[in-house]
Amino acid sequence: MKQLFSFIRKEFYHILRDKTTIMILLLMPIIQIILFGFALTTEVKDTQVAVLTTTNDEASSRIIDKLNASAYFDVVAKIHNEDEIQTVFRDAKAKLVVVFEDHFAEKLRHTGKAHIQLIADATDPNAATSFTFYASNIINSYQLELMSEAKNPYQIIPEVKMLYNPQMEGAFNFVPGVLGMILILICAMMTSIAIVREKEMGTMEILLVSPMKPIYTILSKITPYFVLSCVNFATIMLLSVFVLKVPIAGSFLSLILVSFLYIFVALALGLLISTMASTQIAAMLISGMGLMIPVMLLSGMIFPIENMPVPLQIVSSIIPARWYISAVKSIMIQGLGFSSILKEVGVLALMATVLIGISMKKFKVRLE
Amino acid sequence: MNNTIQYNSNKVIVAENLTKKFGNFKAVDHISFEVERGEIFGFLGANGAGKTTAMRMLCGLSIPSGGKGTVAGYDIGTQTELVKKSIGYMSQKFSLYDDLKVWENIELFGGIYGMKSPEIKEKTDALMKVLDFENERDKLVGSLPLGFKQKLAFSVSIFHNPQVVFLDEPTGGVDPITRRQFWELIYEATSRGITVFVTTHYMDEAEYCDRVSIMVDGKIEALNSPKNLRKQFNADSMDDVFQQLARKAKRVDG
Amino acid sequence: MIKFLLRKEFKQIIRNPFLPRMIFIFPLMVLLVFPWAASYEIKNLNLSVIDNDHSPYSRRLTEKIVSSNYFRLTNVSANYKQALKSIEKKQSDVILEIPPHFEKDLVNKQSAKVMVSANAVNGMKGGMSMTYLVSIVTDFNSEITDELLGGAASSSDSKPTIQIDSQYKFNPHLNYRVFMVPALIVLILTQLCGFLPAISIVFEKELGTMEQINVSPVPKTTFILAKLIPFWIIGFLVITIGSAIAWAVYGLVPAGYYSTIYLFAGIYILTVSGLGLVVSNYAQTLQQAMFVIFFFMLVFIMLSGLYTPIDSMPEWAKWVASFNPLKHFMVVMRSVYLKGSNPLQLSKELFALIGFAIFFNVWAVLSYRKKN
Repeated sequence: MKQLFSFIRKEFYHILRDKTTIMILLLMPIIQIILFGFALTTEVKDTQVAVLTTTNDEASSRIIDKLNASAYFDVVAKIHNEDEIQTVFRDAKAKLVVVFEDHFAEKLRHTGKAHIQLIADATDPNAATSFTFYASNIINSYQLELMSEAKNPYQIIPEVKMLYNPQMEGAFNFVPGVLGMILILICAMMTSIAIVREKEMGTMEILLVSPMKPIYTILSKITPYFVLSCVNFATIMLLSVFVLKVPIAGSFLSLILVSFLYIFVALALGLLISTMASTQIAAMLISGMGLMIPVMLLSGMIFPIENMPVPLQIVSSIIPARWYISAVKSIMIQGLGFSSILKEVGVLALMATVLIGISMKKFKVRLE
Repeated sequence: MNNTIQYNSNKVIVAENLTKKFGNFKAVDHISFEVERGEIFGFLGANGAGKTTAMRMLCGLSIPSGGKGTVAGYDIGTQTELVKKSIGYMSQKFSLYDDLKVWENIELFGGIYGMKSPEIKEKTDALMKVLDFENERDKLVGSLPLGFKQKLAFSVSIFHNPQVVFLDEPTGGVDPITRRQFWELIYEATSRGITVFVTTHYMDEAEYCDRVSIMVDGKIEALNSPKNLRKQFNADSMDDVFQQLARKAKRVDG
Repeated sequence: MIKFLLRKEFKQIIRNPFLPRMIFIFPLMVLLVFPWAASYEIKNLNLSVIDNDHSPYSRRLTEKIVSSNYFRLTNVSANYKQALKSIEKKQSDVILEIPPHFEKDLVNKQSAKVMVSANAVNGMKGGMSMTYLVSIVTDFNSEITDELLGGAASSSDSKPTIQIDSQYKFNPHLNYRVFMVPALIVLILTQLCGFLPAISIVFEKELGTMEQINVSPVPKTTFILAKLIPFWIIGFLVITIGSAIAWAVYGLVPAGYYSTIYLFAGIYILTVSGLGLVVSNYAQTLQQAMFVIFFFMLVFIMLSGLYTPIDSMPEWAKWVASFNPLKHFMVVMRSVYLKGSNPLQLSKELFALIGFAIFFNVWAVLSYRKKN
């Protein structure tokens, strides 16, 4: 045991000596969480809208005003004929064009029916459907206004509650994801590169032939990075709560526990990668580039897993980040208790065991 | 003397009070010496004495903090690119590309030093014969044993016929026979007029040099032929000479 | 002289155990797998219903909601607590609670409430579930009003209807893959051409071969060019592979010209390679270089509009994004593929990318030290 501690201490000194790298490893997450926490959102805001109306009548003006007044839209241009629509899109002047039928208000008053056409720039299909969705809502609310001038004595009043995230902040959805991504990428990279470095320098072999059991050698290697990762976790949490205003609705203890487990899994993953890579560069390519895209796209951090085709959902389930992000959302955003994340904890624990097991085997093989 | 032109064609390397400081630490402390054309000049000293730092200044890899120097007549502070055109270099790590073949490495460095392809081809063929490397020609350098790599690295460093070649601890890690073979190559080079500036911490190799300087704590504490040094220090071997000087040293292994 | 260096670089790349495989397999894997994952489309909204009224009206309301194509009834609960559990268990996304005396209140007191609680962790999803549900309730409201008033209210002048008709330009079928594939090509290009030239230089530093080059008469610019050019060419190769896959697998052909894409790609590759080189010049170890490059890569990717729209970002973040070469190239790729834009229409991006390319590469040459 004493031996283990002295090894761990040696590892710490080793790392602390390289001050620049430590600065980088501690600063990166801070900058990332602030940037991503604030910037990542799919909210629709101030979208540029052009309106095409041949008659300046009351109804269309009213609707245009409503559109402009909403936070979603910004009416930037008024055009007068259909040819201009092409230009508006080609020159990226607006993302949505609202076309009022000729003699809109008149038609509405006399025939009770009038047309509005919404033309959206669908290069981003998701944004486009949001635009038409919100624009339709606004137009419908105008319609309701008109209707309430008529008699409508029977009212069903919906009382609406937005659970867990009343302000519908993008950050609530994305911060857990960013947290999961940063932790796994940094941990895996740090560990795999550091261990491969030792392999390259030859000092690893010395350790492995020492009388200390391989598992202890490995644990001593991982420990400083574990501590570093916990510091990163704490920093990200502090920033999330105080700067990004994403509160921890549930049990902080549960959050810490599952995070420790996750960090351990991420480090174990780095360990496994180090057994597969023979050079530092290879380690970095696998853990940095190789992990990055799957984590970004399949962990549920950005794109909801429930939308994915089943084969991809299966792939997603072997990505540790997916489980952690789900657990964080449950605890941090939904305020649920430990019992709600039993599945996630179980999976993560299983992953940790498997990863360490495989790494141990690979280390042993090398010695023979 | 009568001809005090800057460029003295017999003094291939001139160092005048060369100094290199890292902060307050004087790695090289006011060293002065001259190396004649065709000499094998040994630059000895313990690890950390400042040998490599001094050599890097002479090669244009490091800017002197003080003093002056010329290599092949060019100033090492202000004319580094001209210096580089006139020298060859072989470092401790041998610096050949492990993932290139033997002939590819030769071609690359020949080309870098301005040789034309026909000339390169011709000289490569000749070199393969001389080194008895015919079978190794197409092998990746990384697969060669250490001794082969060293000989090859040296040959590449003089391939373009530089006026002087700098060797930084070129014979580390091989058996004495291989080292001896390496030095044969060095003799062959000097017979063609190439000056050899070699740093080493193997004292027996000092015997192979025409003149030797011994650095201790950044200063040159001795500069003479091995024979004269042994006489001067009443020593049986260069190793003995070195031990006597080293006892004064304050710096150990920087 | 440069021809010798170029020969060396190409040979090293080809002989590298990793690289050639990566150049071909990486784009393949990314483009075959990930476009299927990347979608925000909200398909099934799962509904939990608490019906405390058990009246014809409450049943009709439920029926109406379920028969719309938006919702799936996945849970029926007796009270709010139970329903909430179904949300916690991820069985449902939104709860509709119909209170007791719903029908009676509506008919007699002329007003009745329903409670809608939506899971808003995903703000978009929550917002949508809520809005759809409410709009169905409103529809139901009109139906009931009609019936109760005995059809008297169906005279046209008290029911003005605005018919809304949506059209989607450039991507009429709202195909998310069309949107993602060009963007993923950019991603692949960035990872391969951004990382690799820089890594190549730092690697030589660590090996010691860099010293051999530094002591030779090779000029700085020549050496850097020799590092950039192979990856530039590889970049073009990658774009070609990517475009080929886009065409073969997704039937995606740019509305604009391939030449526009290659033009911008050529500049973009220089930009990211240049940045990588600058980092490698300042890094003391391979480790540091890799971490810093990785950091930039991650920031660039997240703030590029690949995943979340730039338009949704706060003003200061939009400003930061304008310094992101990836963002500009992303705009270019999507515009050329979907809108058929030409370089003139993309002049803003063109100038931005050229500016970045010059800036980074000049910095790379200036900061490269042959001596210290």
